[in-house]
Amino acid sequence: MTPPTGITRVTLLKDLRLEWRSKDAINSMLFFSLLVVVVFSFSFDPSAEESRQIAGGLIWVAFLFAAVVALNQTWAREIRNQVLDAYRVSPAPANALFLAKTLGNFIFVSVLEALMTPLFIMFYRLRALGPAWQLIPVTALGTWALVVNGTFFAAMSLRTRSREIMLPLLLFPISIPALLAMVQATTAILSGENSARFWIVLLVTYDLVFTTMCLLLFETVLNAE
Amino acid sequence: MTETAPRPIHVITVTNLVKQFGRFAALRGVSADFSGGKLYAILGDNGAGKTTLLRTLAGLNQLSSGEVSILGASKFRDICQQVGYMAHPSLLYDEMSAMENLTYFARLYGITDAARCVAVIRSVGLDPELERPVGQYSQGMRQRTSLARALLNDPKILLLDEPFSNVDLHSANDMVHLLAGVRDRGTTIFIVTHQASLLENAADEFVWMEFGKIVERTRDLQRREAAQ
Repeated sequence: MTPPTGITRVTLLKDLRLEWRSKDAINSMLFFSLLVVVVFSFSFDPSAEESRQIAGGLIWVAFLFAAVVALNQTWAREIRNQVLDAYRVSPAPANALFLAKTLGNFIFVSVLEALMTPLFIMFYRLRALGPAWQLIPVTALGTWALVVNGTFFAAMSLRTRSREIMLPLLLFPISIPALLAMVQATTAILSGENSARFWIVLLVTYDLVFTTMCLLLFETVLNAE
Repeated sequence: MTETAPRPIHVITVTNLVKQFGRFAALRGVSADFSGGKLYAILGDNGAGKTTLLRTLAGLNQLSSGEVSILGASKFRDICQQVGYMAHPSLLYDEMSAMENLTYFARLYGITDAARCVAVIRSVGLDPELERPVGQYSQGMRQRTSLARALLNDPKILLLDEPFSNVDLHSANDMVHLLAGVRDRGTTIFIVTHQASLLENAADEFVWMEFGKIVERTRDLQRREAAQ
């Protein structure tokens, strides 16, 4: 019997391979984010100080919407040809699949962030006045918060008719605390006015609580009719 | 001393099985025993409950009421390692080749030996070296790859839903021959099909379903067809 970590690894590699071949998620996310950056940069002409105040919100809202595009694709491949049933009849644990999908989405969204962040910095002339290194844990924790719930709710809306509408309806309200923490932490770091520590601790707590809940409930969601 | 005939070993026992989808009852109190090492053809009109019965045996449908015992276990999870399932859709990733698909699914069953995947692909008459993605296969090739996936874990129970649909007669006969060989090695096979004549010489029993119930079980396909 392959251990759960082994199944997570092979499922993740399979998903990365499929994405590498189709580039469905990455292309649609990149295109969407690029549009947001360009449209916002034409709409506003902020000063350097104003940029620091609004950039956190702009960046995370753009990533949230772009992530939804990827999250909607997460299970699409598994529904096509009902491949998910092949997983369900196998002895592989449900949580291994959930972790693989979440890690896959984390990688896709992280790649997007790595590509889009230089553009944001360029268009909004951003320069952090606080400890810039703190943006790394904020980004990692914030991205995990988005994808862990997103992967879970995407699975939940899998069998609904209008799942592309259902996902944001379910995901956005529950992501508000995480989104608030991400925006506030980013703004605090960019402006250097306050410490981001509280918001980082909030993000860690949020991630721990929701990752545990998703892992506990995923098997029920996977086998729901 | 009187000699008694050996009692058949029932690998699957279904008792008063009811499956409802909302207010529609797809299975209405199915009760049956199925012996090991036999090939059962499940026949009936569209909507008779054949696929629902198969999906329920495969643990994909939750029971509304009743009991299912497979290999002595009431929880599918306990025996899933010993069940193979082939659905009407292929259950394969279109973007990957047959070998890539089977290597992935093999890992789900703890099979790490690539030779097993190669052997199973060869057994269904396909070339494991074929690098084309499954999405570019003909329907017949896809069906055979799907059968290979179901055979991967060398199951004791094999559940097949319409394995011969869209397969040419020659390939379908090859598949029947392969399945008869699998049955002869001790696997119990359930085949839901509308092409009963293909199984006329291979099936041990024909199970007829109507309106969510098993209405007759015959060893001879012609008997019920003549009666109808």
